[in-house]
Amino acid sequence: MAEASGATIELEQLTKRYPGSAEPAVDGVSMEIGAGETVIFVGPSGCGKSTTLKMINRLIEPTSGRIRIGGEDVTHMDPVKLRRKIGYAIQSSGLFPHMTVAENIALVPRMVGWSRARVRDRVEEMLDLVGLDPREFRGRYPRQLSGGQQQRVGVARALAADPPVLLMDEPFGAVDPITRDHLQDELIRLQHELHKTIVFVTHDFDEAIKLGDRIAVLRERSHIAQFDTPEAILTNPADDFVSGFVGAGAALKRLNLTRVRDVGVADFPTVRLDDPLQSIFDRLREATTTNELLLLDRRGRPYKWLRRGDLMRAKGSLARAGTLVGDTVTRDATLRDALEAVLTDSSGRVAVTGRRGEFTGVVDMETLLNSVHELLEEDRLAALEHRHDLEELRAPQTRAEQEGADHEPGERA
Amino acid sequence: MSFWEYLASRHEQLLIDTYQQASLVFQCMVLATAIGVAIGVLSYRRDWAATLAVTSTATVLTIPSLALIGLLIPWLGLGVPPTVTALTLYGLLPVVRNAIVGLRGVDPALVDAARGIGMSRTAALARVELPLAWPPILTGIRVATQMLMGIAAIAAYASGPGLGNEIFRGIASLGSANALNQVLAGTIGIVVLALLFDACYVLLGRLTIPRGIRG
Repeated sequence: MAEASGATIELEQLTKRYPGSAEPAVDGVSMEIGAGETVIFVGPSGCGKSTTLKMINRLIEPTSGRIRIGGEDVTHMDPVKLRRKIGYAIQSSGLFPHMTVAENIALVPRMVGWSRARVRDRVEEMLDLVGLDPREFRGRYPRQLSGGQQQRVGVARALAADPPVLLMDEPFGAVDPITRDHLQDELIRLQHELHKTIVFVTHDFDEAIKLGDRIAVLRERSHIAQFDTPEAILTNPADDFVSGFVGAGAALKRLNLTRVRDVGVADFPTVRLDDPLQSIFDRLREATTTNELLLLDRRGRPYKWLRRGDLMRAKGSLARAGTLVGDTVTRDATLRDALEAVLTDSSGRVAVTGRRGEFTGVVDMETLLNSVHELLEEDRLAALEHRHDLEELRAPQTRAEQEGADHEPGERA
Repeated sequence: MSFWEYLASRHEQLLIDTYQQASLVFQCMVLATAIGVAIGVLSYRRDWAATLAVTSTATVLTIPSLALIGLLIPWLGLGVPPTVTALTLYGLLPVVRNAIVGLRGVDPALVDAARGIGMSRTAALARVELPLAWPPILTGIRVATQMLMGIAAIAAYASGPGLGNEIFRGIASLGSANALNQVLAGTIGIVVLALLFDACYVLLGRLTIPRGIRG
């Protein structure tokens, strides 16, 4: 089945005013989102980011303004028809507990009138897509799933009728950090395959950096403080509100934006577990540059680091020689993950693996340092200038805080 | 005549009365459920409407049953019409109240999700809200049925059908040989019927409450 790729979304002076309140909840948001782009709305709670999102599928009717999707004005279209063309995933999955996983996913395709057979095939396809075995999960009820599995099914349901646009309202807000990390990786993989236009709401800036092609930092009443790429926001925040939101350690966060495959993965001499022992001996003796070999198991996965002499000491037994490979990183891992692995490795290098765990190369401290330096050099000037501004602003605040802290014990006593 | 002899000699009349009592309560419950759920659906979104619905059905329940039937007789005549009207009115409160509580208890995020994936208001109600509110509604129906089973006996006062006739005959001829037997037969019949209905509701629950939300 051919996947429709995303559609553009244009918001024009979108405003929501609730009766009885003087200030509008959302005040004149204008924004253009490209087809196939992932845009993240991030901001403090109550800033209207969720309201803005819900105005795109008109779960909340805008008071004024215009919404165009794929160039078509949908501001006055039948909202029910509109929503069937827009995927919608929410926090804590929103799965209907009285329906099975398959029934939940089949809802939208059925509503738009797909044939029974096509719906059944689609359910299988969607479960496969989000990494759940259809045979095992089709007939289960939501309460028989873990939080992460529920969220996957929620995404499968949102994508079931192949909508060009996907709206996600803090979808990973209610799951534990490890599962959230997995789900985020999965969403990145999905988006590589599907190229939907995704609008994603979160209050977690790290999540925004990880997932977004562009990030809209929103302040109260959904005013756009900055709408730019994650790199630009990290290195060049538009104002204090944005830099406050970015938080400390922008340079470290920058490492999350670059993946291992983007820096040079160096080759490394390898031998395989099923090579004749004699040839491994010879290779160890020949290896001049590193005097070290990487031993791969029978499926080509990194197994042990072998130094010259290791084999001698182990009296020629591969089972006892060398040190086991600890951490490995995939080519899709962020530089931050790679740095973590390199820092914990005693020899300061980490094996990089492909999709099935097979060896593809090695990253060491030197490569990492060089690429990080290059990255940071590009932004250094802007960052320095900004930090200076920030310090000036923070100095009086810090002083006030210290005075406050001095007072406190006195008051208690 | 002992109680058992009485039952043996009058079993035909008793069976007819029992059948009529069951049929009366069943039909009134179908009516009360349809009307009650409709009132619940129409009122649960607005506070004032929900309060109005619960208060007015509760008020009906405070009218003594004998008085209500008595008041309906000049209006609807004798027999089935006043009986069915009175019983249906009495059955409303538990159904209406549980329908409102049930519908309000549905997680707003789920309603949001239903609307968000493109269900119309009616579809969201029929496919998400009502199925999820069904267990409390069923409980309401069960409570109402138990209540109606007892109240239905009063129907005999308006020449209505059912086991009440047996009880009233007994009371009217207190002191006579079969008076106690008549009252006993009517009362026990009602209790047995009530238990049978309750068993049916348990079965109905097993059949109609989806596995995913069964407690």
